Amino acid sequence: MPFALLRYGLSSDPVKKPDFPPPPSLKPAYDVIIIGGGGHGVAIAYYLAKYHGLTNVAVLEKGYLGGGSTTRNTAVIRSNYMTPESVKFYIASVGLFRNLSNEFDFNIMYSERGQLTLAHSDSTVRAFRQRCEVNRHFGGRTEMLDRQQIKELVPLLNLETGHTPVLAGLWHIDGATARHDAVAWGYARGAIERGVEFHPLTEAQDFVVEKNRVTAIQTNRGTVKCGVVVQAVAGNSSILMNKLNIRAPIHTYPLQAMVTQPVKPFLTPLVSSSALHCYVQQTGRGEVLIGGGSDPYPLYQPRSSLELKEGLLMHAIEMFPFLANTKLMRQWAGITDMTPDYSPIMGLSPIDNYYLDAGWGTYGFKSTPICGKTMAELVASGGKVPALIAPFGLERFSRFKQINEMGATAASH
Amino acid sequence: MKLMPCPLNGLRNITEFTYGGEVTGMPNPNTATDTEWADYVFNKTNPAGVVREWWLHNASGYWFIAERDTVTDHIRKTFDPGELFTQRVDFSPSAASSASATKENPL
Repeated sequence: MPFALLRYGLSSDPVKKPDFPPPPSLKPAYDVIIIGGGGHGVAIAYYLAKYHGLTNVAVLEKGYLGGGSTTRNTAVIRSNYMTPESVKFYIASVGLFRNLSNEFDFNIMYSERGQLTLAHSDSTVRAFRQRCEVNRHFGGRTEMLDRQQIKELVPLLNLETGHTPVLAGLWHIDGATARHDAVAWGYARGAIERGVEFHPLTEAQDFVVEKNRVTAIQTNRGTVKCGVVVQAVAGNSSILMNKLNIRAPIHTYPLQAMVTQPVKPFLTPLVSSSALHCYVQQTGRGEVLIGGGSDPYPLYQPRSSLELKEGLLMHAIEMFPFLANTKLMRQWAGITDMTPDYSPIMGLSPIDNYYLDAGWGTYGFKSTPICGKTMAELVASGGKVPALIAPFGLERFSRFKQINEMGATAASH
Repeated sequence: MKLMPCPLNGLRNITEFTYGGEVTGMPNPNTATDTEWADYVFNKTNPAGVVREWWLHNASGYWFIAERDTVTDHIRKTFDPGELFTQRVDFSPSAASSASATKENPL
C-alpha cells in the first residue's frame, strides 16, 4: 500500500476513476426512490443494497451530495438523551458510527472525545442524574461529575459563569465527533458500488397519486415511476408533505453556528451548557466551533442574524473567557425541521407506499447510520415498522403519545 | 437589526417580539373528534412562502397578526386581530350546552 501511494504521488497522471461516476440518465422506473441525497438518503440506499439486495434504487437530490444539513451540522455524536426510546435508538447509532471507517474503507475521522454538559441549577442536576441512569441502563457510558472533576477535565473552563455558576456536569464518555461530509461520501460510494443510482441536480417537483399510492414522481428531468418512495429532505420536509396533503407538526427554523480562527489544542471534550444555550468544541483543525439553539421564529433561509450570533458568542466567552481575543473565521446556518416534542418522525405516512424520514430538528447527523439501517428494513419489509423506530411514527401526535425529548440541543430553551 | 412594524407601537426591533404560531381556525372543542383536535393542536402548514402568523410585542403585551414570507423573511403587512376576528367566541364547559353558547370560528 505505501508503495502504491508513493508511485501515485510521483506519477503525473490525474485521477482516472472518480468515486462517484457522472450521473446516468434517469431510468423510466425504480423499485425504490429516495428523495434527498444527504447523509440519511444515501445511508438508506446503502443499507437497502447491502442487507436487502435492493439495487434498483435511485436517490434524487436537487443540489449535490450531502450539501444541505449534512454539511452544515456541527457533527456531534452522542446518546445521552432523556427518554428510553431515544436513548436506545442513539446508542445503536453510536455503535454503528464506531465501525463506519472500517466498513467503508474510508476514514470518517471518528473521534471519541467525550461530551460534557454543564448544569447551572438544582433542577438541571436532577434531570442530569436521570439522563445518566437511563443512558447507563441501556449500555451507554455516562457519569455525573462534580466541580473539581470538571476543573481537572477542562482546566480552561470558567465555572463561575455570571449569576449561575456551574454546579455539576453530565460526562458522556461515548460522546464523539466525525467528519460529516465523509459520512455522506462513504455511504454514497458504498451504495453506488452496489448498483444504486445517485442523481444530483434532480428535484422531485410533484407526485402522481393513484389509489392512495405514489405511482410516479415528476422531476425537472422528467417523470419517473416508482414502487416505494422515501423522503429524507430535512428542512424541506413540509414542502414535500404539503404536496401530498400529509399533515405534520413540523416547523422549519434556521440553526446557526460558527468557527473561530485555529488555535493550539486546548479542548478535548465537547462542552455544552443548556442554561447558556451554547456548545463549544475544538475541531481537529484547531478551530473553536460554537453552536446553540435554533432561531426564535420559522424561516426557510440559511441566513445568519447578528443578534443570535452575538448572544451565542457572549455565552461562549463566558465559558471560555480567552475566546474574547480570537477572531471568527466562518459563520453559517442550516435549515432544521423541528417537531413540538423534539423527537423525529420516522416510518409510515397516510400514503401507502410513501415513507417518512423527517422532523430531525437539530439531531439528524448523529442518527444517520441507525436511521438508514432501520428505514431500509422498513422499506425492504414492505411497511413493517422496526421496533426501534416504532415510537417515532407520525401517528403519535393524533394519539397524544409524544416523546418529550428534553435532552435535545434545541430543547434547552 | 431586523425591524417589525407593530400596529400599536410602530417600527421596533424584532427581538422585542415573540412568534406565536400560524393563524388557523379552531374547531369547536365540544364537537371536534380527537383527530381533529390533535390536528389543530400539533399540525402546521409550514409553507415556504407568505404565511399569516401571530406575534406578541413583549413589552406592551399586544398580540397582532403579521403576513410574512418564510423564504425571504420579508414582512408584507401587520394588522390588529380585530380586523379578522369580528365576533366574540364563547366556550361552554359541557357538551350539553354547546349548541347554544359556541359560535363558529370566523376562519
